Amino acid sequence: MSLVDLFSIAAIGAGVFFFLAGTVGLLRFPDALSRLHALTKADNLGLGLIVLGLLPRAESPLAAFKLLAIWALVQLAGATTAQLVGRAVRRKGTAA
Amino acid sequence: MSVLQALDIGLAFLVFAVAAWTIFARGAFAATVGYVVYGLLLSLVWIRLFAVDVALTEAAIGSGVTGVLLIGAAARLRGAETEDERSLTGLPRVFTAVLCVLITAALAAVVLLFPEQGPSLAPQSMQHLPETGLGNPVTAVLIAYRAFDTMLEKVVLVLAVVGVWSLAADRYWGGAPGEPRAERPEPTLAFLAQVLAPLGILVGIHIFWVGADEPGGAFQGGAILAAMWIIVMMARLTEAPSTSAFWLRLALIAGPLVFLIAGVSGAIFAGGFFAYPPGFAKPVILFIEAFMVLSIAVTLPMLVAGPPRREPKVDRSR
Repeated sequence: MSLVDLFSIAAIGAGVFFFLAGTVGLLRFPDALSRLHALTKADNLGLGLIVLGLLPRAESPLAAFKLLAIWALVQLAGATTAQLVGRAVRRKGTAA
Repeated sequence: MSVLQALDIGLAFLVFAVAAWTIFARGAFAATVGYVVYGLLLSLVWIRLFAVDVALTEAAIGSGVTGVLLIGAAARLRGAETEDERSLTGLPRVFTAVLCVLITAALAAVVLLFPEQGPSLAPQSMQHLPETGLGNPVTAVLIAYRAFDTMLEKVVLVLAVVGVWSLAADRYWGGAPGEPRAERPEPTLAFLAQVLAPLGILVGIHIFWVGADEPGGAFQGGAILAAMWIIVMMARLTEAPSTSAFWLRLALIAGPLVFLIAGVSGAIFAGGFFAYPPGFAKPVILFIEAFMVLSIAVTLPMLVAGPPRREPKVDRSR
Protein backbone atom coordinates (compact mmCIF):
# COMPACT_ATOMS: atom_id res chain seq x y z
CA MET A 1 0.00 0.00 0.00
CA SER A 2 1.51 3.30 -1.04
CA LEU A 3 1.45 6.59 0.82
CA VAL A 4 -1.16 7.95 -1.61
CA ASP A 5 -3.49 5.06 -0.79
CA LEU A 6 -3.09 5.72 2.94
CA PHE A 7 -3.86 9.40 2.39
CA SER A 8 -6.99 8.53 0.38
CA ILE A 9 -8.24 6.08 2.99
CA ALA A 10 -7.67 8.57 5.82
CA ALA A 11 -9.37 11.46 4.02
CA ILE A 12 -12.34 9.47 2.70
CA GLY A 13 -12.75 7.76 6.08
CA ALA A 14 -12.83 11.15 7.80
CA GLY A 15 -15.35 12.36 5.19
CA VAL A 16 -17.60 9.36 5.81
CA PHE A 17 -17.38 10.07 9.55
CA PHE A 18 -18.63 13.62 9.03
CA PHE A 19 -21.48 12.33 6.84
CA LEU A 20 -22.40 9.88 9.61
CA ALA A 21 -22.22 12.61 12.25
CA GLY A 22 -24.33 14.93 10.08
CA THR A 23 -26.95 12.23 9.58
CA VAL A 24 -27.11 11.42 13.29
CA GLY A 25 -27.52 15.13 13.99
CA LEU A 26 -30.27 15.41 11.37
CA LEU A 27 -32.15 12.57 13.02
CA ARG A 28 -31.50 13.43 16.68
CA PHE A 29 -31.32 17.24 17.03
CA PRO A 30 -34.46 18.78 18.53
CA ASP A 31 -35.21 21.75 16.24
CA ALA A 32 -34.96 22.68 12.55
CA LEU A 33 -32.10 25.19 12.88
CA SER A 34 -29.86 22.73 14.78
CA ARG A 35 -30.66 20.03 12.22
CA LEU A 36 -29.59 22.43 9.44
CA HIS A 37 -26.36 23.06 11.35
CA ALA A 38 -25.72 19.29 11.46
CA LEU A 39 -26.36 18.95 7.73
CA THR A 40 -23.80 21.61 6.81
CA LYS A 41 -21.08 19.46 8.41
CA ALA A 42 -21.86 16.64 5.97
CA ASP A 43 -22.01 19.03 3.00
CA ASN A 44 -18.86 21.05 3.65
CA LEU A 45 -16.45 18.83 5.53
CA GLY A 46 -17.79 15.40 4.60
CA LEU A 47 -17.89 15.94 0.85
CA GLY A 48 -14.79 18.15 0.99
CA LEU A 49 -12.71 15.41 2.63
CA ILE A 50 -14.04 12.74 0.26
CA VAL A 51 -13.11 14.93 -2.74
CA LEU A 52 -9.69 15.54 -1.16
CA GLY A 53 -9.19 11.79 -0.82
CA LEU A 54 -10.23 11.17 -4.42
CA LEU A 55 -8.07 13.96 -5.92
CA PRO A 56 -4.80 11.93 -6.09
CA ARG A 57 -6.71 9.10 -7.79
CA ALA A 58 -8.11 11.31 -10.60
CA GLU A 59 -7.14 10.16 -14.09
CA SER A 60 -6.24 13.64 -15.37
CA PRO A 61 -5.98 17.22 -14.14
CA LEU A 62 -9.34 17.86 -15.87
CA ALA A 63 -11.00 15.06 -13.87
CA ALA A 64 -9.50 16.50 -10.66
CA PHE A 65 -10.86 19.91 -11.61
CA LYS A 66 -14.31 18.39 -12.18
CA LEU A 67 -14.22 16.86 -8.68
CA LEU A 68 -13.39 20.26 -7.20
CA ALA A 69 -16.14 21.89 -9.29
CA ILE A 70 -18.70 19.38 -7.97
CA TRP A 71 -17.64 20.16 -4.41
CA ALA A 72 -17.92 23.91 -5.05
CA LEU A 73 -21.38 23.53 -6.65
CA VAL A 74 -22.64 21.44 -3.72
CA GLN A 75 -21.27 24.12 -1.35
CA LEU A 76 -23.18 26.80 -3.25
CA ALA A 77 -26.42 24.82 -3.36
CA GLY A 78 -26.12 23.68 0.26
CA ALA A 79 -25.42 27.17 1.62
CA THR A 80 -28.31 28.67 -0.37
CA THR A 81 -30.81 25.99 0.62
CA ALA A 82 -29.78 26.24 4.28
CA GLN A 83 -30.36 30.03 4.13
CA LEU A 84 -33.78 29.57 2.50
CA VAL A 85 -34.91 26.85 4.92
CA GLY A 86 -33.61 28.86 7.90
CA ARG A 87 -35.48 31.95 6.72
CA ALA A 88 -38.68 29.94 6.21
CA VAL A 89 -38.36 28.50 9.73
CA ARG A 90 -37.89 31.98 11.24
CA ARG A 91 -40.80 33.43 9.29
CA LYS A 92 -43.05 30.61 10.45
CA GLY A 93 -42.06 31.43 14.03
CA THR A 94 -41.90 27.80 15.13
CA ALA A 95 -38.53 26.11 15.17
CA ALA A 96 -40.12 22.66 15.40
CA MET B 1 -20.24 -11.53 -1.32
CA SER B 2 -18.11 -8.64 -2.48
CA VAL B 3 -18.43 -5.09 -1.18
CA LEU B 4 -20.07 -3.93 -4.44
CA GLN B 5 -22.70 -6.67 -4.25
CA ALA B 6 -23.50 -5.68 -0.69
CA LEU B 7 -23.80 -2.04 -1.78
CA ASP B 8 -26.13 -3.04 -4.64
CA ILE B 9 -28.41 -5.00 -2.33
CA GLY B 10 -28.42 -2.12 0.14
CA LEU B 11 -29.28 0.29 -2.68
CA ALA B 12 -32.16 -1.94 -3.82
CA PHE B 13 -33.57 -2.06 -0.27
CA LEU B 14 -33.22 1.71 0.00
CA VAL B 15 -35.17 2.17 -3.28
CA PHE B 16 -37.97 -0.07 -1.95
CA ALA B 17 -38.03 1.71 1.40
CA VAL B 18 -38.20 5.20 -0.15
CA ALA B 19 -40.91 4.01 -2.57
CA ALA B 20 -42.99 2.67 0.32
CA TRP B 21 -42.38 5.86 2.32
CA THR B 22 -43.53 7.96 -0.67
CA ILE B 23 -46.76 5.95 -0.97
CA PHE B 24 -47.60 6.15 2.74
CA ALA B 25 -46.46 9.77 3.20
CA ARG B 26 -49.10 12.07 4.63
CA GLY B 27 -49.56 15.12 2.46
CA ALA B 28 -48.58 15.89 -1.13
CA PHE B 29 -45.45 17.88 -0.27
CA ALA B 30 -43.86 15.06 1.74
CA ALA B 31 -44.74 12.56 -0.99
CA THR B 32 -43.09 14.82 -3.59
CA VAL B 33 -39.89 15.05 -1.55
CA GLY B 34 -39.94 11.25 -1.30
CA TYR B 35 -40.43 10.98 -5.05
CA VAL B 36 -37.42 13.23 -5.75
CA VAL B 37 -35.22 11.16 -3.43
CA TYR B 38 -36.55 8.01 -5.11
CA GLY B 39 -35.55 9.42 -8.53
CA LEU B 40 -32.03 10.26 -7.32
CA LEU B 41 -31.62 6.74 -5.90
CA LEU B 42 -32.86 5.29 -9.19
CA SER B 43 -30.20 7.24 -11.08
CA LEU B 44 -27.61 5.59 -8.80
CA VAL B 45 -29.16 2.22 -9.75
CA TRP B 46 -28.81 3.11 -13.45
CA ILE B 47 -25.13 3.99 -12.89
CA ARG B 48 -24.62 0.57 -11.26
CA LEU B 49 -26.23 -0.96 -14.39
CA PHE B 50 -23.65 1.02 -16.47
CA ALA B 51 -26.43 3.06 -18.14
CA VAL B 52 -24.97 6.52 -17.50
CA ASP B 53 -27.18 8.16 -20.18
CA VAL B 54 -30.33 6.89 -18.46
CA ALA B 55 -28.96 7.93 -15.06
CA LEU B 56 -28.41 11.50 -16.31
CA THR B 57 -31.93 11.65 -17.77
CA GLU B 58 -33.48 10.20 -14.61
CA ALA B 59 -31.69 12.74 -12.41
CA ALA B 60 -32.39 15.74 -14.68
CA ILE B 61 -35.93 15.06 -15.92
CA GLY B 62 -37.33 12.20 -13.81
CA SER B 63 -36.23 13.65 -10.50
CA GLY B 64 -35.40 17.32 -11.15
CA VAL B 65 -37.94 18.84 -13.53
CA THR B 66 -40.78 16.46 -12.59
CA GLY B 67 -40.05 17.19 -8.92
CA VAL B 68 -40.42 20.95 -9.52
CA LEU B 69 -43.67 20.33 -11.46
CA LEU B 70 -45.06 18.17 -8.63
CA ILE B 71 -44.06 20.67 -5.92
CA GLY B 72 -45.84 23.39 -7.90
CA ALA B 73 -48.93 21.18 -8.17
CA ALA B 74 -48.78 20.30 -4.45
CA ALA B 75 -48.57 24.01 -3.55
CA ARG B 76 -51.62 24.77 -5.68
CA LEU B 77 -53.60 21.87 -4.18
CA ARG B 78 -52.71 22.72 -0.58
CA GLY B 79 -56.20 23.89 0.35
CA ALA B 80 -58.07 21.06 -1.36
CA GLU B 81 -55.95 18.21 -0.03
CA THR B 82 -57.73 17.24 3.21
CA GLU B 83 -61.10 17.19 1.47
CA ASP B 84 -59.84 14.82 -1.23
CA GLU B 85 -58.36 12.41 1.28
CA ARG B 86 -61.67 12.08 3.08
CA SER B 87 -63.57 11.40 -0.15
CA LEU B 88 -61.63 8.21 -0.91
CA THR B 89 -63.02 5.82 1.71
CA GLY B 90 -64.98 2.61 1.75
CA LEU B 91 -65.42 0.68 -1.47
CA PRO B 92 -63.53 3.03 -3.86
CA ARG B 93 -60.55 2.81 -1.55
CA VAL B 94 -60.67 -1.00 -1.53
CA PHE B 95 -61.03 -1.12 -5.32
CA THR B 96 -58.05 1.20 -5.75
CA ALA B 97 -55.97 -1.00 -3.47
CA VAL B 98 -57.02 -4.19 -5.31
CA LEU B 99 -56.23 -2.61 -8.70
CA CYS B 100 -52.77 -1.49 -7.50
CA VAL B 101 -52.02 -4.98 -6.10
CA LEU B 102 -53.12 -6.61 -9.38
CA ILE B 103 -50.89 -4.32 -11.46
CA THR B 104 -47.94 -4.97 -9.14
CA ALA B 105 -48.56 -8.73 -9.32
CA ALA B 106 -48.79 -8.63 -13.14
CA LEU B 107 -45.51 -6.65 -13.36
CA ALA B 108 -43.82 -9.07 -10.95
CA ALA B 109 -45.05 -12.03 -13.00
CA VAL B 110 -43.68 -10.48 -16.20
CA VAL B 111 -40.28 -9.90 -14.58
CA LEU B 112 -40.17 -13.48 -13.25
CA LEU B 113 -41.10 -14.89 -16.67
CA PHE B 114 -38.25 -13.09 -18.48
CA PRO B 115 -36.28 -15.45 -20.73
CA GLU B 116 -32.83 -16.29 -19.41
CA GLN B 117 -31.17 -14.55 -22.38
CA GLY B 118 -33.34 -11.56 -23.28
CA PRO B 119 -33.74 -10.54 -26.93
CA SER B 120 -31.26 -7.78 -27.71
CA LEU B 121 -30.58 -5.42 -30.59
CA ALA B 122 -27.32 -4.29 -28.96
CA PRO B 123 -24.98 -6.18 -31.36
CA GLN B 124 -26.69 -4.71 -34.46
CA SER B 125 -26.69 -1.24 -32.93
CA MET B 126 -22.94 -1.42 -32.24
CA GLN B 127 -22.26 -2.90 -35.69
CA HIS B 128 -23.85 0.06 -37.52
CA LEU B 129 -22.49 2.72 -35.15
CA PRO B 130 -19.59 3.75 -37.48
CA GLU B 131 -22.10 4.60 -40.25
CA THR B 132 -23.65 7.29 -38.05
CA GLY B 133 -20.25 8.84 -37.24
CA LEU B 134 -21.23 8.85 -33.55
CA GLY B 135 -19.42 7.26 -30.63
CA ASN B 136 -22.38 7.01 -28.23
CA PRO B 137 -24.77 4.18 -29.18
CA VAL B 138 -27.58 5.73 -27.09
CA THR B 139 -27.52 8.91 -29.18
CA ALA B 140 -27.43 6.76 -32.34
CA VAL B 141 -30.55 4.90 -31.16
CA LEU B 142 -32.36 8.13 -30.27
CA ILE B 143 -31.58 10.26 -33.31
CA ALA B 144 -30.80 7.69 -36.01
CA TYR B 145 -32.26 4.19 -35.48
CA ARG B 146 -35.56 5.31 -33.97
CA ALA B 147 -35.54 8.94 -35.08
CA PHE B 148 -39.29 8.98 -35.77
CA ASP B 149 -40.13 8.02 -32.15
CA THR B 150 -37.84 10.70 -30.78
CA MET B 151 -39.41 13.31 -33.08
CA LEU B 152 -42.89 12.33 -31.85
CA GLU B 153 -41.70 12.57 -28.23
CA LYS B 154 -40.84 16.20 -28.90
CA VAL B 155 -44.32 16.70 -30.39
CA VAL B 156 -45.82 15.29 -27.16
CA LEU B 157 -43.89 17.91 -25.15
CA VAL B 158 -45.31 20.68 -27.36
CA LEU B 159 -48.81 19.23 -26.87
CA ALA B 160 -48.24 19.27 -23.09
CA VAL B 161 -47.47 23.01 -23.26
CA VAL B 162 -50.62 23.57 -25.34
CA GLY B 163 -52.56 21.62 -22.69
CA VAL B 164 -51.15 23.73 -19.84
CA TRP B 165 -51.80 26.99 -21.69
CA SER B 166 -55.40 26.04 -22.44
CA LEU B 167 -56.10 26.00 -18.68
CA ALA B 168 -55.86 29.82 -18.76
CA ALA B 169 -58.96 31.91 -18.13
CA ASP B 170 -60.21 33.60 -21.30
CA ARG B 171 -59.05 37.08 -20.29
CA TYR B 172 -55.49 35.84 -19.65
CA TRP B 173 -55.17 34.03 -23.01
CA GLY B 174 -51.95 35.13 -24.67
CA GLY B 175 -50.68 36.69 -21.43
CA ALA B 176 -47.62 35.74 -19.43
CA PRO B 177 -47.57 32.91 -16.85
CA GLY B 178 -46.00 33.03 -13.40
CA GLU B 179 -45.00 35.91 -11.19
CA PRO B 180 -43.83 39.24 -12.63
CA ARG B 181 -40.23 40.35 -12.21
CA ALA B 182 -39.64 41.50 -8.63
CA GLU B 183 -38.47 45.02 -7.82
CA ARG B 184 -36.24 43.58 -5.08
CA PRO B 185 -35.73 39.84 -5.64
CA GLU B 186 -35.18 37.57 -2.64
CA PRO B 187 -31.40 38.09 -2.15
CA THR B 188 -30.36 34.48 -1.37
CA LEU B 189 -32.16 32.94 -4.31
CA ALA B 190 -31.06 35.78 -6.60
CA PHE B 191 -27.43 35.17 -5.62
CA LEU B 192 -27.74 31.45 -6.37
CA ALA B 193 -29.40 32.16 -9.73
CA GLN B 194 -26.75 34.71 -10.71
CA VAL B 195 -23.81 32.45 -9.84
CA LEU B 196 -25.31 29.18 -11.02
CA ALA B 197 -26.96 30.18 -14.31
CA PRO B 198 -23.75 30.98 -16.29
CA LEU B 199 -22.11 27.75 -15.07
CA GLY B 200 -25.25 25.73 -15.76
CA ILE B 201 -25.56 27.07 -19.30
CA LEU B 202 -21.95 26.05 -19.94
CA VAL B 203 -22.51 22.56 -18.46
CA GLY B 204 -25.78 22.13 -20.40
CA ILE B 205 -24.15 22.93 -23.75
CA HIS B 206 -21.17 20.72 -22.85
CA ILE B 207 -23.45 17.75 -22.00
CA PHE B 208 -25.25 18.18 -25.33
CA TRP B 209 -22.00 18.44 -27.26
CA VAL B 210 -20.21 15.43 -25.71
CA GLY B 211 -23.43 13.42 -26.13
CA ALA B 212 -22.34 12.47 -29.64
CA ASP B 213 -19.46 10.35 -28.33
CA GLU B 214 -19.94 9.98 -24.56
CA PRO B 215 -22.87 9.83 -22.13
CA GLY B 216 -24.99 12.94 -22.49
CA GLY B 217 -27.13 14.35 -25.25
CA ALA B 218 -29.93 16.69 -26.21
CA PHE B 219 -32.38 15.64 -23.47
CA GLN B 220 -29.95 15.94 -20.59
CA GLY B 221 -28.30 19.13 -21.87
CA GLY B 222 -31.68 20.70 -22.65
CA ALA B 223 -33.00 19.82 -19.19
CA ILE B 224 -29.99 21.51 -17.52
CA LEU B 225 -30.50 24.65 -19.63
CA ALA B 226 -34.22 24.52 -18.73
CA ALA B 227 -33.33 24.28 -15.03
CA MET B 228 -31.22 27.44 -15.33
CA TRP B 229 -34.13 29.38 -16.82
CA ILE B 230 -36.47 27.97 -14.14
CA ILE B 231 -34.15 29.06 -11.31
CA VAL B 232 -33.76 32.56 -12.75
CA MET B 233 -37.56 32.84 -13.02
CA MET B 234 -37.99 31.44 -9.48
CA ALA B 235 -35.59 34.06 -8.13
CA ARG B 236 -37.82 36.53 -10.01
CA LEU B 237 -34.79 38.11 -11.69
CA THR B 238 -36.77 37.76 -14.89
CA GLU B 239 -40.37 36.99 -15.72
CA ALA B 240 -41.88 34.41 -18.05
CA PRO B 241 -42.42 35.74 -21.56
CA SER B 242 -45.89 36.41 -22.90
CA THR B 243 -47.31 33.17 -24.32
CA SER B 244 -48.28 34.99 -27.51
CA ALA B 245 -44.64 35.99 -28.19
CA PHE B 246 -43.70 34.77 -31.66
CA TRP B 247 -40.09 33.88 -30.72
CA LEU B 248 -41.33 31.73 -27.85
CA ARG B 249 -43.74 29.77 -30.02
CA LEU B 250 -41.06 29.37 -32.71
CA ALA B 251 -38.56 28.06 -30.11
CA LEU B 252 -41.16 25.61 -28.80
CA ILE B 253 -41.70 23.98 -32.19
CA ALA B 254 -38.15 24.45 -33.58
CA GLY B 255 -36.98 21.00 -32.39
CA PRO B 256 -39.77 18.83 -33.89
CA LEU B 257 -39.95 21.10 -36.97
CA VAL B 258 -36.25 20.85 -37.87
CA PHE B 259 -36.39 17.12 -37.08
CA LEU B 260 -39.35 16.62 -39.42
CA ILE B 261 -37.75 18.69 -42.20
CA ALA B 262 -34.59 16.60 -41.88
CA GLY B 263 -36.66 13.42 -42.00
CA VAL B 264 -38.55 14.47 -45.11
CA SER B 265 -35.33 15.62 -46.83
CA GLY B 266 -33.98 12.16 -46.07
CA ALA B 267 -36.80 10.73 -48.17
CA ILE B 268 -35.73 12.96 -51.07
CA PHE B 269 -31.92 12.98 -50.83
CA ALA B 270 -30.96 9.81 -48.94
CA GLY B 271 -33.53 7.33 -50.18
CA GLY B 272 -35.69 6.89 -47.09
CA PHE B 273 -37.87 8.74 -44.57
CA PHE B 274 -35.52 9.76 -41.72
CA ALA B 275 -32.50 8.37 -43.60
CA TYR B 276 -29.33 10.46 -43.32
CA PRO B 277 -26.94 10.93 -46.26
CA PRO B 278 -23.98 8.49 -45.93
CA GLY B 279 -20.80 10.09 -44.59
CA PHE B 280 -22.76 13.18 -43.61
CA ALA B 281 -24.89 11.71 -40.84
CA LYS B 282 -23.10 13.19 -37.81
CA PRO B 283 -23.40 16.88 -38.82
CA VAL B 284 -27.09 16.36 -39.65
CA ILE B 285 -27.68 14.63 -36.28
CA LEU B 286 -25.91 17.38 -34.33
CA PHE B 287 -27.86 20.04 -36.28
CA ILE B 288 -31.18 18.37 -35.35
CA GLU B 289 -30.04 17.93 -31.75
CA ALA B 290 -29.11 21.60 -31.40
CA PHE B 291 -32.69 22.63 -32.20
CA MET B 292 -34.04 19.91 -29.91
CA VAL B 293 -31.93 21.31 -27.07
CA LEU B 294 -33.46 24.73 -27.73
CA SER B 295 -37.01 23.35 -27.72
CA ILE B 296 -36.49 21.30 -24.55
CA ALA B 297 -34.83 24.26 -22.79
CA VAL B 298 -37.93 26.36 -23.56
CA THR B 299 -40.66 23.70 -23.17
CA LEU B 300 -39.81 22.51 -19.64
CA PRO B 301 -39.72 26.01 -18.05
CA MET B 302 -43.02 26.81 -19.77
CA LEU B 303 -44.55 23.65 -18.23
CA VAL B 304 -43.26 24.70 -14.80
CA ALA B 305 -44.45 28.30 -15.24
CA GLY B 306 -48.00 27.02 -15.76
CA PRO B 307 -50.96 28.61 -17.51
CA PRO B 308 -51.01 32.36 -18.29
CA ARG B 309 -52.05 34.33 -15.20
CA ARG B 310 -51.66 37.91 -16.36
CA GLU B 311 -53.61 39.84 -18.96
CA PRO B 312 -51.80 40.20 -22.28
CA LYS B 313 -50.22 43.59 -22.87
CA VAL B 314 -52.35 45.60 -25.28
CA ASP B 315 -50.72 45.83 -28.68
CA ARG B 316 -50.99 49.54 -29.50
CA SER B 317 -49.68 49.20 -33.04
CA ARG B 318 -52.99 47.75 -34.23
